Amino acid sequence: MTEIEERKSWMSLLAKAPAADLDRLWSALGLAPDYGYLRAPEAGGVMVRGRAGATGAPFNLGEMTVTRCSVRLRGGEVGHAYVQGRDKTHATQAALIDALMQTGQADAVRAAVLDPLTEALQTARATRAAKAAATKVDFFTMARGED
Amino acid sequence: MQADALDGGFADAPIEAARAFRAAMSAMARPGRIERLEGAAPPAPLSPAAGALILTLCDPETPVHLAGAHDAAALRDWITFHTGAPLVGPDGAVFAVGDWDALQPLDAYRIGTSDYPDRAATLIVEMPTLTPQGARLTGPGIKDAAQLSLPETAAFRRNAAQFPLGLDFFLTCGDSVAALPRSTRVEDR
Repeated sequence: MTEIEERKSWMSLLAKAPAADLDRLWSALGLAPDYGYLRAPEAGGVMVRGRAGATGAPFNLGEMTVTRCSVRLRGGEVGHAYVQGRDKTHATQAALIDALMQTGQADAVRAAVLDPLTEALQTARATRAAKAAATKVDFFTMARGED
Repeated sequence: MQADALDGGFADAPIEAARAFRAAMSAMARPGRIERLEGAAPPAPLSPAAGALILTLCDPETPVHLAGAHDAAALRDWITFHTGAPLVGPDGAVFAVGDWDALQPLDAYRIGTSDYPDRAATLIVEMPTLTPQGARLTGPGIKDAAQLSLPETAAFRRNAAQFPLGLDFFLTCGDSVAALPRSTRVEDR
């Protein structure tokens, strides 16, 4: 995985993670980096677009609320975050983690925050898939008595 | 992208952008009147007033043209990060920024159409000085007459002759801004 793809994957994870989970893990990590805002957290709307069957013409699915934030650490690393919802703390924490992932503390942050979040996301997905699988109906053609 | 290029946006965007918009609107409504525009700290060579105008007026739907020395990497990054405005050539630009000489020729910019005279470019001209002396301005928004130090008068007269089409100008210097809409008549003193 290239550097950009790797960064995309953790930014995506932070964007989708529940704010409460991220807050709990970030507080438990106990880091208090020195930072300044390049762009203070601000909430806004983005248009989510999709393609039917992933190949059709693009259409507007609907608007969603996002909060974005950019920070710079004292060392000069810049972190960006776009997260779903209007939680400014969430956006700030996500931007800080993005910045810290570019420093020597990356491994500690990954172990304490990113790995548990990935695990929680996968568990949630598996649970949802299992629930859906339990309701699966097998359709079959019944003999229609014509023969 | 250089991290230094990301500094210098509005610290409190909603309030500072509203103040800057008010200043820009007052300047445009009263041609020749010099207003103060503060809050932005763009990378050189952009002046703080021109930076505040860009932060306030530009977004992803307003292509910007950077003329001459203003077409610098740091400034491109700064505009992209803070506004998301696409950077284009003079023919596609809604806003153009630069020194007077770098912005020439003026006929490269869009002046609107008879159906849509609003589809014209607004030029932000960076001036070495900006004082209420020099060319005589008359027209809508000016009681009797106003004076403003313009780089030349012939080009502005030609522009005003195209009314209702034509370009609109913001003139910036440091944290001062004045405006010259296409409706203003310009005469030499």
